[in-house]
Amino acid sequence: MRVLELEVNGDRVEVAAPAHWSLLEVLRYRLGLTGSKQGCDKGDCGACTVLLEGQPVLACLTLAALCPGKRVTTIEGLMPAHLRAGGTGPDPVQAAFDRCGALQCGFCQPGMMLSARALLDANPHPTRAEIRAALAGNLCRCTGYTQILQAVELCVAEAAGGEPAAPAWAPGQNPWKAPCGNGDGRT
Amino acid sequence: MSARDVHGPAPPWAEGFRVVGRAQRKIDGLAKATGAALYTDDLVLPGMLHAKILRSTQAHARIRAIDASAALALPGVHAVVTGRDMPIRYGVIPWTPDENALALDKVRFVGDEVAAVAAVDEDTANAALKLIRVDYEPLRAFLDPEEALATPEPQIHEQTPEQKAKEPRGNVSKHVRLEFGEVDAALAASDVVVEGDYEFHGTTHTPIEPHCALAQFGADGVLTVWSSTQITHYVQKALARVLGLPEARVRVIQPCLGGAFGGKSDPFALEFVVAKLAMLTGRPVKCLWTREEVFYAHRGRHPMKMRYRTGAKRDGALTAVDARILIDGGSYSSFGLVTTYYSGQLLTGPYHFPTYRFDSTRVFTNKPPCGPKRGHGSVQPRFAFEVQLDEVAEKLGLDPLELRRRNFQGEHVKTVNGQRVTSNGFLQCLEAVERASRWKERRGKLGRGRGLGLAGSMYISGTNYPVYPNPMPQAGVQLKLDRSGLVTVFTGGNDIGQGSNTIARTIVAEELGLDPADVRVVAADTDLCPVDLGAYSSRVTFMVGNALIDACRKARAKLVTALAENWKVAPERIAFALGRAFDRADPARTLDMRAVLQLAEARFDTLGETGAYNTPQLGGDYRGGTIGASPAYSFTAHVVEVAVDEETGRITVENCWIAHDCGRALNPMLVAGQIEGSAYMGIAEALLEDHGVNHLGLHRGPSLLDYRIPTALDTPELHALIVESLDPEGPYGAKEAGEGPLHPSIPAISNAVFDAVGVRLRRLPFTPARVLAELRAARTAPRGARAAVLSAGGGEAC
Repeated sequence: MRVLELEVNGDRVEVAAPAHWSLLEVLRYRLGLTGSKQGCDKGDCGACTVLLEGQPVLACLTLAALCPGKRVTTIEGLMPAHLRAGGTGPDPVQAAFDRCGALQCGFCQPGMMLSARALLDANPHPTRAEIRAALAGNLCRCTGYTQILQAVELCVAEAAGGEPAAPAWAPGQNPWKAPCGNGDGRT
Repeated sequence: MSARDVHGPAPPWAEGFRVVGRAQRKIDGLAKATGAALYTDDLVLPGMLHAKILRSTQAHARIRAIDASAALALPGVHAVVTGRDMPIRYGVIPWTPDENALALDKVRFVGDEVAAVAAVDEDTANAALKLIRVDYEPLRAFLDPEEALATPEPQIHEQTPEQKAKEPRGNVSKHVRLEFGEVDAALAASDVVVEGDYEFHGTTHTPIEPHCALAQFGADGVLTVWSSTQITHYVQKALARVLGLPEARVRVIQPCLGGAFGGKSDPFALEFVVAKLAMLTGRPVKCLWTREEVFYAHRGRHPMKMRYRTGAKRDGALTAVDARILIDGGSYSSFGLVTTYYSGQLLTGPYHFPTYRFDSTRVFTNKPPCGPKRGHGSVQPRFAFEVQLDEVAEKLGLDPLELRRRNFQGEHVKTVNGQRVTSNGFLQCLEAVERASRWKERRGKLGRGRGLGLAGSMYISGTNYPVYPNPMPQAGVQLKLDRSGLVTVFTGGNDIGQGSNTIARTIVAEELGLDPADVRVVAADTDLCPVDLGAYSSRVTFMVGNALIDACRKARAKLVTALAENWKVAPERIAFALGRAFDRADPARTLDMRAVLQLAEARFDTLGETGAYNTPQLGGDYRGGTIGASPAYSFTAHVVEVAVDEETGRITVENCWIAHDCGRALNPMLVAGQIEGSAYMGIAEALLEDHGVNHLGLHRGPSLLDYRIPTALDTPELHALIVESLDPEGPYGAKEAGEGPLHPSIPAISNAVFDAVGVRLRRLPFTPARVLAELRAARTAPRGARAAVLSAGGGEAC
């Protein structure tokens, strides 16, 4: 058992955990931050991706004991950080994933969205090929990635004040523009 | 069938659809986006123990003895259970109960469950597993289905001497032979007959969430199990049966589910194990499978060896189809009875052929058990048949698209095996992919190494065959409406990520004229929700949707009556839309729907309605004729564009155009997500994935590194095109979208490779080594010799 100090989603926390525990175990089983998912527990799927000092890492392969004092951002931290920075609602990446239908089962998506967040922080205007490469460590089994790519491209387009490319199923349209459902259904 | 089951494709209000047909966000989208959604492994109960399962190291063996005394003595271990603690057999299909929660006397594959431990934490439970001694007596293991078929002893599932004397079945799990019309005569009278052998390897679902279950046994004798299942109702029944509890004392809840694809549609060992251990210890018990264990649980796509003969007239009209299929079932029955029928029954569209025969045999082998994976039982035959159709087109000198168009079966027809097909938008699907891919200008003209390929398919929107025959509804729903303005839907339907709860919200908002945000959904909790059979065979939108319309129409009548009385106008003048009621004759007169609900609650007392759906009587008049009978069929066409590297043998799919007839897209964004996800999964099966065991029966690579599911870099551009045929019986005309669009991906790639480099790929997966071997064979075989080889092995010289 080892006492560890971390900065998780802006809070300094002290946790006692077995010395061999991964960061994922500490987050899920000590801090109750279950948004980070365990899909394989060996670094293959990316569902456990969190940001460590702003960089995406696999929490299941990161020994918690090696992160003392480090800054950790989990999926639960994105919206509060966005609100603290003066934004409204969830982080634009989270909102775009929701608006584009990218969240089917949603299990891989916390990791996926954090990888997307890290990409956009480093490169606000990625090409589709760059988005594919940045998300290649996060396996998704539901979507065929299309709506995920569209979500990231929607973020990029809107941040630049532009229009995203129309999807094949709604030619010539931006079906994500008019807010709909979840409280704002009056279209 | 009662009249209430058919509501027609029209919108509920004359003013047209307000919610249906739009890209509504998902009801649980933001909860999933922010990490707030709770999946089974996210749940923690006070005093919870952790369970781990010991698995067989043998492919086929008798268990002589199990010694768990050292495990039980380990500090922190609370209980150990073995097969003796739960000896009652079960199976998702009630006719084939051949599974035990833990092996009773035999193990049947490497990974079969043998014993389980509950301990204070996972590490202690794992340490205890190592202390359990199992004495095995190895038996001959069958890893090859041909060998299992030819060798009746030892039986993987032993019959009693009496059963054996009456009907010895060796290692056959199920045999079905059905013939419709005079196939041999029709083949003899055909202008061309193409014959060939095709082989489908095994693939598995790999949802990113591993299976997990949590049980609590109350002092009042009520068992509650939270499980990552897509069939809460069947799990409830199976738990009650095996644990000897009344069904009313078993509550099964499906929390948020991290993907399933058919891989969570059987009752699994871990559900029984956590329940039994909770009953024995008086503590909540959780079991989370490792990724490796998910590969052993499997229930994935059956490997099939298929021989097809197809006859046609000179003009392309199909005359006969003759199929002989050997199905490798793995070690248990699972849905295998249905799989065996589906391997033949679901081929009879979108094309008309006047005669048809299939002879399908499923055998047991000592491998992880196969079951239903997205496109259950029909993806493999569809691969073989759609490749063979291209061979027929080639022989006749016809464009493969034209051949398919000429053989289109039409709308509102009966298939050769007696199934009723209603709406059928397959021709529009063909036109859509033809146009989008620029088929006419580009096929055959892209130069060596590049090609376009086409395939079509059909699939069911649910089936009229509930796994246990009964006269009760397949789908039941309940509505609660109250003075707050909130309408709550209670449905037993399982939202497994496909968005069925969102569709429920959409339908209720449309019917009752509500803002979608004022509709919430409680689903998949057997204590709270009316029975629904679950998320399988693409039934939920069709059946739950119709049940919801049924319930909403009853509720709507009350709301309209209450408001019409209050406004003192004829009920025909009342309309509701997006949270407001209005008077058609006086549009300035409106009222908030919350106020309407209050008027209705005052007028009729507390508001609630039920709704139900059952299928009409369907199916052919013969044994098995109802298996594969669906109230509506979806149709799909794909064109894929490939590049083949002739030096490395690597196939790259660059584009995939998928046109799918879903009847009506209740939410086109969700339909597109299903289309894209299906096509992705099919392409992955064709090019990358291979679920197999080595010569010892050991899984070849039970990890997400070795079992190669595509990354964002491996997945091609997917172009989802929606075709709406407006089915007369679907909710507003809707049909399924979640499984059908997978089927054509695989044969379309084979057909595109032929267009690119002139070789026919008839065996899956299409690995670089296999492509190179085919290219080498095509280059080196002398023209005459090659023709002879091919006529023996099937197919055409290129």
